[in-house]
Amino acid sequence: MQALYAQLLVGLINGSFYALLSLGLAVIFGMLNIINFAHGALYMMGAFTAYFLLHLTGIGYWWALLIAPIVVGIFGMILERTMLQWLAGLDHLYGLLLTFGIALIVQGVFQNYFGSSGLPYAIPDYPQIGDCSPNAPQDAFCRRGLQGGMNLGFMFLPVYRGWVVIFSLVVCIATWFLIEKTRLGAYLRAATENPTLVRAFGINVPRMITLTYGLGVGLAALAGVLSAPINQVRPLMGADLIIVVFAVVVIGGMGSIMGSIITGFALGVIEGLTKYFYPEASNTVVFVLMVLVLLVKPTGLTGRAA
Amino acid sequence: MKHRISALLLGTALALAAGGAMAQDKTVKIGVLTDNSGLYSDLGGAGSTLAAQMAVEDSGLAAKGWKIDIVSADHQNKPDIGTTIARQWIDVEKVDIFVDVLNSGVALAVNNLVKEKNAVMINTGAATSDLTNTQCSPNTIHWVYDTYMLANSTGQALVKAGGDTWYFLTADYAFGHALERDTAAVVVKSGGKVIGTVRHPLNSSDFSSFLLQAQASKAKIVGMANAGGDTTNTIKQAAEFGIVSGGQKLAGLLLFINDVHSLGLKVAQGLNFTETFYWDLNDGTRAFSKRFSERMKNKAMPSMVQAGVYSGLIHYFKTIDAMGGNPHDGVKVVAKMKEAPTDDPLFGKGTIRADGRKLHPAYLFEVKKPAESKGPWDYYKLVGTTPGDQAFRPLSESACPLVKK
Repeated sequence: MQALYAQLLVGLINGSFYALLSLGLAVIFGMLNIINFAHGALYMMGAFTAYFLLHLTGIGYWWALLIAPIVVGIFGMILERTMLQWLAGLDHLYGLLLTFGIALIVQGVFQNYFGSSGLPYAIPDYPQIGDCSPNAPQDAFCRRGLQGGMNLGFMFLPVYRGWVVIFSLVVCIATWFLIEKTRLGAYLRAATENPTLVRAFGINVPRMITLTYGLGVGLAALAGVLSAPINQVRPLMGADLIIVVFAVVVIGGMGSIMGSIITGFALGVIEGLTKYFYPEASNTVVFVLMVLVLLVKPTGLTGRAA
Repeated sequence: MKHRISALLLGTALALAAGGAMAQDKTVKIGVLTDNSGLYSDLGGAGSTLAAQMAVEDSGLAAKGWKIDIVSADHQNKPDIGTTIARQWIDVEKVDIFVDVLNSGVALAVNNLVKEKNAVMINTGAATSDLTNTQCSPNTIHWVYDTYMLANSTGQALVKAGGDTWYFLTADYAFGHALERDTAAVVVKSGGKVIGTVRHPLNSSDFSSFLLQAQASKAKIVGMANAGGDTTNTIKQAAEFGIVSGGQKLAGLLLFINDVHSLGLKVAQGLNFTETFYWDLNDGTRAFSKRFSERMKNKAMPSMVQAGVYSGLIHYFKTIDAMGGNPHDGVKVVAKMKEAPTDDPLFGKGTIRADGRKLHPAYLFEVKKPAESKGPWDYYKLVGTTPGDQAFRPLSESACPLVKK
């Protein structure tokens, strides 16, 4: 029974990555109508940016959480300005093909330079709380950043993983709040419904679209930074994940913000349980669920009919 | 009429000339079938193609009038794709010899095809010991390492050091199953016990659930019967979950230098595992590795898979050169290769057994602590050496039909 609780918790941790990534996808699909297949590559770029920041400039994890999403977000905005914006109003397929091509190019370039096995990125050991000096007494309290773990009785929880869950929950809720509850979000949603009308109110719609894409991309990059200390920083880390994340978005309902957050966490848990009861199926369970959900409700769990 | 006769004569003459050339045919086509883009591409991939090129250059056959071509392709770790490429290579491109062919699933599939079409395979990448056991073939030589040897060397050493209860984390395909089976046998034979096992899909990124199960089992040793990206992520996440600091020991059953490089010594330090090649073993390995790394894009040192491609091809070239031409007959060439002892700077002196097993020493290494390492790629401490005739499965235990009993 204890092991089951542990699996639930671990599932929740993976779910927070799914939630962050699918949230970005949902934002982009909801506002731009683009199925952003480059999302995995941009997630990977976030992790690599964190790696470069640390190993080339000495900027650590905490600043990387802020800088990497901005850097990759700007890259995303350039993509949107130079390529994606010309697809507005065209069939979804064009956006999908273009972003898939971009993903292949980006991943290919990184793989060419950095190989496939990846680069190391350690869990941050700063800030240090308490007495962590080398000659501190044995029983002195010392907390090195997010390193180490806690014994919860039923499992050993690495502090870093706990941090990931809390941090992504906060980011998810903040994003949902921004889009559903603020005036800026209201403009955004209006602009996707009727851009001409919104423009008539003197609002620069193309700029808003660009910023939205930047936001979605920034969320992907943020997830990348969060995952760097857990997984090796590898060129294909996004490619492996993106298909699952797409399944999450489809199950949750394309473009639904809350749907993708909840489904992200829920699927992480279901996957975790599969790893416990029948590990061999853990890579496919998400797709089985997707088929089942689509059979019963083609718009996804929380999606609205088009 | 006159024209017809002369045409006939000309045709006959040409056919005879071609026949004469067949006996002295000095063309070879090498196929590097590998993973060029996936989780094993650093172990083989472009590095294997480079090693093949270096072998061609160092063989000196070009100066003797040989024409040697290399083709390379990505099997994407899928047996069906691997066999499709292999079939096309043999039928259309007239490839004589396959090298690398990492991934046990692909290797076993291509092994059958190579036998059916009478080509040659020098397998340097796949681990499954079945290639020289139940699935052995007169057309295949298994060059670098196999699951039996890894289990024998690492497994035995760890049980002797007190690790008598094991839990396996196994990649769910031919290779993982073979490695787990062979290691479990060694553990039991040495007086240990296997408590449990969990099988994960190939190319997983999250191992926390599996590690928690291993942790809950309280086994002294957590054996990783996986490779490449799967192993590096397992090691990294095991550190996070405090597996080692909690008193369990992590056993890398198959680990390559590229994995250690990508993990960094801070995470990898103290791991024990077995390899048959390390760049810093002696002057011969250092000289080759230096030349190799200068030509690699990311200045990487060669893995044992890549070193094996070089070593295997050097022996192959010596053999066909001694035969005076390429007979394009796999069984014949492999039989000749088995007759002569092998000798090259990378693996030293060795032999090839009747079942296709190449014999050379196996080295048990320990990963250095960051403070002990003098620079990039200075990663291993040699802990023990097993001679070639003891490292691999003895012929008396072999189920290979080629072995006369």
